[in-house]
Order: sequence, then C-alpha cells, then structure tokens
Amino acid sequence: MADMSAPAGGLLTTSDGRPLKSALATAQKRAKRRAFLLVLPLLAFIVITFIVPIGQLMHQAIYNDGFSANMPRMTAWFAETPPGTEPDDAAWEALALDLKDAAAARSVGVVGTRVNYEMSGTRSLFTSTARGAARFEPPYRDALLAADEKWADPNLWGTMRQVSDAYSANFFLAAIDMTRDVNGKIVPMPEERQIYVSLFVKTFLLAGLITFTCFLLGFPIAHLLATLPMKWSNLLMILVLLPFWTSLLVRTTSWMVLLQQQGVVNNTMVALGIISEDGRIQMIYNQMGTIIAMTHILLPFMILPLYSVMRPIPPSYVRAARSLGATSWTAFRRVYLPQTLPGVGAGSLLVFILAVGYYITPALVGGASGQLISNLIAFHMQSSLNWSLASALAALLLGAVLVLYWIYDRLVGIDNLKLG
Amino acid sequence: MKKLLVLSTALSGLGFAASAQEIAVMSWGGAYATSQIEAYHKPFTAETGITVVNVDADNPAAPIKAQVEAGNVTVDVVDLEYADAVRLCDEGLLEVLDPAILAPGADGTPAMDDFLPGAVTDCYVATIVFSTLYAFDESKFPTDPPTTIADFFDTAKYPGKRGMRKGAKVNLEMALMADGVPADEVYGILETPEGVDRAFAKLSTIKNDMIWWEAGAQPPQLLADGEVAMTTGYNGRFFAAAVTEGKPFKQVFDGQVYEYDGYAIPKGAPNMEAAKQFLTYATTTQALADQAKWIAYGPARHSSGPLVGLFMDGKTEMGPFMPTAAENLTNALPSSYEFWVDRDTELNERFNAWLASN
Amino acid sequence: MSESHNDAFVAFDRVQKSYDGVSLVVKDLNLNIAKGEFLTMLGPSGSGKTTCLMMLAGFETATNGEIRLDGTNINMVPPHKRGIGMVFQNYALFPHMTVGENLSFPLEVRGMGKSDREAKVARALDMVQMGAFANRRPAQLSGGQQQRIALARALVFDPKLVLMDEPLGALDKQLREHMQFEIKHLHESLGITVVYVTHDQGEALTMSDRIAVFNDGRIQQLAPPADLYERPDNSFVAGFIGENNKLPGTLEELSGDKALVRLATGELIDATPVNVTQKGQQTLVSIRPERVEFKTGMMPPGAHMIGAEVLEVIYMGDILRTRLRVAGSDDFVMKCRNTQGQTRLSPGEQIKVGWHPQDARALDPI
Repeated sequence: MADMSAPAGGLLTTSDGRPLKSALATAQKRAKRRAFLLVLPLLAFIVITFIVPIGQLMHQAIYNDGFSANMPRMTAWFAETPPGTEPDDAAWEALALDLKDAAAARSVGVVGTRVNYEMSGTRSLFTSTARGAARFEPPYRDALLAADEKWADPNLWGTMRQVSDAYSANFFLAAIDMTRDVNGKIVPMPEERQIYVSLFVKTFLLAGLITFTCFLLGFPIAHLLATLPMKWSNLLMILVLLPFWTSLLVRTTSWMVLLQQQGVVNNTMVALGIISEDGRIQMIYNQMGTIIAMTHILLPFMILPLYSVMRPIPPSYVRAARSLGATSWTAFRRVYLPQTLPGVGAGSLLVFILAVGYYITPALVGGASGQLISNLIAFHMQSSLNWSLASALAALLLGAVLVLYWIYDRLVGIDNLKLG
Repeated sequence: MKKLLVLSTALSGLGFAASAQEIAVMSWGGAYATSQIEAYHKPFTAETGITVVNVDADNPAAPIKAQVEAGNVTVDVVDLEYADAVRLCDEGLLEVLDPAILAPGADGTPAMDDFLPGAVTDCYVATIVFSTLYAFDESKFPTDPPTTIADFFDTAKYPGKRGMRKGAKVNLEMALMADGVPADEVYGILETPEGVDRAFAKLSTIKNDMIWWEAGAQPPQLLADGEVAMTTGYNGRFFAAAVTEGKPFKQVFDGQVYEYDGYAIPKGAPNMEAAKQFLTYATTTQALADQAKWIAYGPARHSSGPLVGLFMDGKTEMGPFMPTAAENLTNALPSSYEFWVDRDTELNERFNAWLASN
Repeated sequence: MSESHNDAFVAFDRVQKSYDGVSLVVKDLNLNIAKGEFLTMLGPSGSGKTTCLMMLAGFETATNGEIRLDGTNINMVPPHKRGIGMVFQNYALFPHMTVGENLSFPLEVRGMGKSDREAKVARALDMVQMGAFANRRPAQLSGGQQQRIALARALVFDPKLVLMDEPLGALDKQLREHMQFEIKHLHESLGITVVYVTHDQGEALTMSDRIAVFNDGRIQQLAPPADLYERPDNSFVAGFIGENNKLPGTLEELSGDKALVRLATGELIDATPVNVTQKGQQTLVSIRPERVEFKTGMMPPGAHMIGAEVLEVIYMGDILRTRLRVAGSDDFVMKCRNTQGQTRLSPGEQIKVGWHPQDARALDPI
C-alpha cells in the first residue's frame, strides 16, 4: 500500500480514504444538477423549435411517400420484381386496384404529382384514369390501355419503379441539376432546365460581394464609433442601430422608393442634369438592387463585431507604431488591422451566412437577375409546392454553410471569433 | 399605404377567424377582394348574421396546401384559380361539394345547367371569368397606340419597360400568340418541345425590358408609378384603376387569356356549415351579377348575364369591359387547366432557369 | 526670463495648447533640455505634463509656440519622422507579434536588412536581459518582462531622445524600484536624453537629473531633485513633493534671508523667506517632518521653540512618526530616526519643538 496521498502510481485519496475524483464528483453533483435544470428549458426549446424541424426538413429531402403510401400493391410488386421486369398481369391488376382505391380516397393527385416530378406530363394520366377506375374489370391491362395508351410506356413503368421507394436521392439530384434516366442512371438535366448549380454559385458570389462591401463601408464607421468621444459615438451608435428597430419590409420598401426609375435618386440626378430623362438608371429589380439593399440591411452585423473588437484597442498601439517610425498607412496595416481580424472574421462570417440565406429582400428588389437560392426554395415551398425539392435545396445550403464554417475554423479558428 | 392596408386586413383576419359565427374567406386582395366584400360578404352578413373576414394572399393555393397538410386550417372558404383547384382537389386537400347545395338560377334553371360549361367541379364552384391581358398608359403612346398582343413584344415601335407575372403560365401562351400562333393552336404547339422553345425565344426578345410582378395589385401600381410602359395583369384590376381612380390605362383584349376563378372549401375548414351556406349564397344569380357592379369580371352563370348593368358609379356600361364580351373574344384563349396541371412543374422549372440565366 | 538656448537639445519655446479653444491646458511653456539629460515632468493628473510629452512625440500639435529638437523646429514633422523612442504607460507591445517581431518592427519600417535587424534585436534584448524571450508573445510575459521589452523596443533603433510616459505605473512596488534603477543605468550607459513623465514623486526624485513640477498648465519649479525637495519655490511644490508641515501665519519681521512669522495662535517662529516680500503679508511656513527637532541640545542657538502636545506615536521600523498638536494644528508630523538611544515619547506628553530657520520656508499662502 502506497502512501495515502502520494500521487506516485496511485490515485489521490481524501483523508477518509475515498478516491479524490469520486469525492469531487459527489461534491459537485448537486451544483451540476442545478445547472442542468436551469438550462433545461432552453435545451428543450432548441430541440423542439430548431433541431426537430431541421431534422424533419432533412428527412423530407430524401423521403416522399406520395407514391408508396397510396399505391401499396404496386409498391409491393416493384419490391418483388427486379428492375426492368415487363409488367405482368399481377402488375396490371395491382395498378388498376391501386388507382381505384386512390380515386376513392382522393389521393390519386398526390400520386400523380410525385410521378410528375420525375416525368413531366403524367399527372393528368393518373387523375383522368382514376376517374374511371371504379368501372375497371379484368383483364386490367386492356382496361387501362383503353383508358390511355400511355400506360404501356416502359419509361412510365421505370419512373414508377423509382418513385415506389419512398426514400430517394432524386430530390438532391434535382437540386444539383441532375436526374435519372429510365434505367436509373444519373445524368445531367437538359441544359435549358439547369438552374440550381449556377444559382448556388451566384448566391455565394453575391453574398461574398455583399460581405466585402459591408466590410469596406463598415470598417471606417466601426473605427469612428470606437474612437469618437462618448457623446458622438453614442449618437452614431443609435444611427447604426436605427435600422434594427425598423421593420425589414419598411426598409426594403424605402429602397424601392429611392431607387426605382421614377424614384428619388433618379429624379434627383435628372434634376441635377447628371443623367438625361431617357438615361434613367435601372438600380432596382436587378442584381444591383439586391446588393444595395442587402448591404444596407446587413451592415450593422458587420459594424457591431468590428466595433466590439476595436473598442478595447488602445490608441497607444498605433501611436507606438508611429513613434517607431511607421507611416500612418503602415501603422494601420501592420498594427491596427491585424488586431481587428477577429472582428473582421466574425462580421464577415455573420454577414455572409445571413446573405446566403436571405430571402425577403432579393424577392422584393431583386427582379429576375437578383434572385438568390433562397428565393427558389421559397418558390418550391409556396408556389410549386414541391416541398421535397425545397428541403433538398435547403439542406444543401445548410451543408454549404457548415462547410464554410469548418473552413473558417481551420483557417482562422472559431475561438478567434468575437461577436461582442 | 396599400401594402399596410393589405397587411392589417390579413392580420385582423387571422385574429378573428377562429371565433364562432365568423368565417374566414381567403382571396387575392385589392379591387377583387373589395368586389367580393361588397357583393357577397356584406349582404351575407346582413342576411345571416355571420361575419365574414377577408384574408389576403398572393395566391391562396399555397397557404391552403400548407394549412391542410399541417392540419391547422384557419380558412373556411378559399378563392382559387381553376387549375389550382383541380390539383388541390385531386390531392384531397379540398372538401368535396354536393352540387345540390347550389341554388337554381333566378329564372328557375337548375344550377348545373345554369353555370357555364365546366364551372362546377367536384370541389369547386367558379364565380367569375377573369382575363389576363395587357394594358398601357395612354399618355405614353398618344398616337398610333398598341392594339395587338404582338405590339406588347414590339419594344422598337413601343419603347418602354414591360411587366409580366413571374411564372410560366399565360406568358408562354401570350408569347406564342404574339408570334403569330392563332389562339386555338396555342396549346397544341406548346405540347411540343419546339413550341416551348419558340415561346421562350419570343419572351427572350423583351427579357431585358421586363419587370416581373407577383401580386395582382402590382401591375396597376407599376403602370401608375411609370415603372413600366405596359404590363400584363388582371382585367378587373385595370378596370378598377382606370374607372374608379381615373388612371389613363387602356386594356388590349387581343391575345387575352381567360379562365375561371371561384370558391372551394379547404378540407377540415373550422366552420363547415357556415362555409357551405356562404358558398350557396355567393353563387346565386343575383350575387354574381352584383359582383360585376364592382369589378369587370364576367359572372360564371348564364342567368346572371342579363342582370349585369352599370358599374356602381351609375354611368359606366360594364359590357365592353367584360372579357366574355363578343368584341373582346376575336383573338382570345381559354386557359387550359389540363395542360398546366401536367406541365407546370417542368415549365416553371424551365422558366426559373431561363429567368436566372443572363 | 526668455534666455536664448539655441544649444539646447530639446526646447519648448512659449508653447501653448488648447483642446477646445476656450481654455489652455498648457500655458506658456518654456523648457530647455540638454543632451544626455534625464528630465522628469512631474505633476498631478491634468497638470499638462502628458500633453507636453505628446506634443514632443508629435501626437498632439502645439496651438502656439515652437518645439525644437536639436535646433530644428519640429512642429510640422509627423511622429514617424521625429526619430524619438517612446515607452508607453501600458507598454503598447503589439499583441499579434512575438517579442522579436516587436523589436524588429522599427528596423523593418526603416528598411534595414534582415541580418542587421536580427543582430540589433539580439543586442537590444541582451541589454534588458531578455535574450531568451524573442519568440514569446507579449501576453506570455510578466508585467516586468513586458516593461523591459517595451524599453528595448524604444531603444533598438538608437534614438537620440527617449520619451517615457509613466512606464512603471502598472508594476508593484518592488519591481518598480528595481526597474527605476535599470532605466537609470541604461540612461547612463547609453548617453541618451530621456524625458520621463510620472506622477510619482519618489520615482522622480530617484531617477532625474532635473525635475519640472507641473501644475495647472505651468511649470511650478524646475530644479534638481535635492533643490526641489529642500528648497521648494512655492507652497504647491512644497506640498506636492514629500511630506510637509504647513503653519499659516503673518510675516512679523523681514530682513534679508531671515523672517519672523507670528502664527495664528500668537507664537513666533523663525523662517527663511522665499516668495514673500513685505511685512504683514499672509504666509504659509513649510517644514519637513524630519527637520523638526524636540531635543533642545540639537537646536541652533537663538532658534525659537514652540510648545507641542504628543498625540500619537507610530512605529514604522526605521523611523518613529510622531503626530503633534502645534499652534492649533492637529496634523503636525515629526519624524525621528529609530536610533539606539532615541527618546520614546508617549501620547499626552507636553514637549517643545523647533528647527533650523533655514528649514522653515515662508511661502505664499495657497
């Protein structure tokens, strides 16, 4: 037996011989449990309002039971037979009976919509055939072909086989401009329907540009805020925060009033003779409108982290650099700027991530060319009602942002982030 | 200002939709909602004591799908475009209606014979025929004004910005008609890949001059602000701006695309009985005729036609403004719901891709 | 007053400074600093001493007057062209650079080659005994170590003039005293001119060749430490430097370098007139506590003695600090060395105290 409290080769123990570690754990247990109870409401809140919906979203991106839930016999037949099997009598019977049931349950539209996502022009085939399905008699093959010859199309059967599996990567494929041909091989979308990849690229480029303009505009203001006497910096801070207290819609609409062709800015320039009446500049309903309005709206998110980093930097650093022989530019570049990098990183990351997912502003002022990927997500949520594709796009966006975050952590380090 | 009003009505709609002896009706806002409030909601409340709350949406089909799928339906009656109604009905998101609840015509004609062909479906009762057409600012083109759909695409002869709804529907049809396709051949050509290419090619000729609108209230506003020289839009909205607000807007019925719009009841509506009662009331001969006093949409019942007279200002003859007036139908296209039910996914995808490409 | 000092290394010539255009922070400053001198600007905060230093460094511009360095007017010369080394209150070591990079910085901006830089940096680090720390970050160093690096950085580019703005303020007492010695030692061995700003009079007395006492934007007295302590020119200096007993009274007699002052309670005491001019004038007599004597044998002949009551005796180790009631004042202090045969007083005892007339200075009343 070693000495009671000797660390050499053994565990430290308390004076009554219990191992020190377990004694410490017992002593802290109560405090830990209390701390956990305190954060429990927040944890529950986050799980219910954030983790679960995001999980559902991810699930929806790969899961769509529009076909399998409403066409059980067909689904079973596809599961039993290998791909490429010619439809036999059992298959035709399954189809006819499923259509009959789906028509009665008014769910045939869901089935048609699901197949239509993969093969355009088939929706009405399902709905119109289903209207007469109640009268189908064996032999079902003849009955179905009598209703519509398209049922014999092997492409249709190939597509139905694909969608009979509720789990499918097809929506992710669609989100990167890919699709499956009838044999299930992954091929690019026809060129005139490719949109998402280029839109992702455009979204990231625009977000980068907006981040950069925010940095260019925000840096001097943050510096002023950090160095002006209290009286003035407080006033300036209120001006910086003012947009936060104004509704996003109001701010965006004011940009419309300012920038439209018959708007304040154009009118002023015409009045001043800078441009002619015919030369009015299109500043809104295009990319420029998106960039201007979003830069304005996201500027505070750049200024505040910068300010919080700049505020504690004493002026003596720059003075020291100057006294050591550096010009004001060198002092700024070599001494001041590097110390603000955590704020620059935090502000840029914040603005970029917000910009990448921004929706309302590009929707209102972006016109056709200023649309971002989020507007297409909204389109599929609200107009085309293809929620699976919207989920796939959103999941890709989320993934891209996480990858960026990871790269940032690798390059700069998340612990260098300073938000305030 | 208009936005604020829309917003506040929407909010008040949400706030009160749940309480008893109240039903919520979701519609498209603006002059169209006003006509419904005046012609249907107010008299219905006066007669039954049931308050009707109007809720606005850009296109009610989207929120209805969301509400029904989420199992949280707050709307009792919804105003839908024909193709949307067919689609939602097929997906089981709308209540199936018994045609027996529809009132016979004022002249005694049974309801099913009195409505225009196809106006009543399993889940849907059409109330009006509306048209998407283009209008221009007369002051911009004082001499030799545009008269055909081809003129809309001719920015050399009629310079200025154009406005169109952001979506494939109607735009592709108009593009083909402007390209010389007769109305009755439009959908046949659009079925083919070459036809689609041809329509997009025609749209491309004015793409750089285009401002896209989404809500029905926008086109008259764009015209009034001078943001566009001409824009497509709903004929009733243009009529309201021109006649009630005295704007110098002229509508061009050549190349118009007309279709039904009407009422349905979402599955699981909270006040089902009152909703049906409203539906019956709002689709009577008189109610449909009354609506035409407020907006230039044609009633979907034969028996209502003769009752349409003057606009509520007491002097404007409604006839020439109706999309269904004979002189307006010389080159007009009835919208094909069968075509759009099948092709909307593909064509909207292509439209979005076309829109995003430069 | 304005003697021409064109040979002075640093010269403030009728310099005035105002921040707001309403009041002057520095009022008519004239100061000449010789080459190789260690001059300290001492004063309470707000007295204008830091402003003077900042004007010299080039971070503030003089509102009026002229500042010359080595005979050249530098009013319009930007800070980085003045070639003045500076040590800041909080060291201002660049946190994102290593110690070596910090020292290398002034050499880099002067375009010096890499090998020369490395040699100079190594030499400067050795000079402050920090040779082993070149690769550390400032945050990894103790306060004293940071202080040495700051010093080395201000010296590494061989400036002729080094400014120090309260450089030891953040250190604890022991370290501060040690650093005072080191700075003084560096000053002597390098032969540089140092302008040092502090509000710590002990520091000023220990290190300086001359001290300029600032108050209210003016130099109150400019003198070597001993003169300043023993022969303050006015009540402010007397009160600011060291501990001091003040007895208010009226000038009873005035003849040459001797004065007789009648205190408020009627007693007469001897004093040396400093800035009093005529009989009947109000005055404040200042006496250092260690110059107060209570043993009659130690008094010069003819010196006035005055009655006192012992209120408190504080044992401070090397000295005994005795608080007395003298001429109605309860805070009159006498310091006696704690020698072998020292008389121990006890509270309540009635004694008589006196001093050499030279040690009692009749100054202007405040």
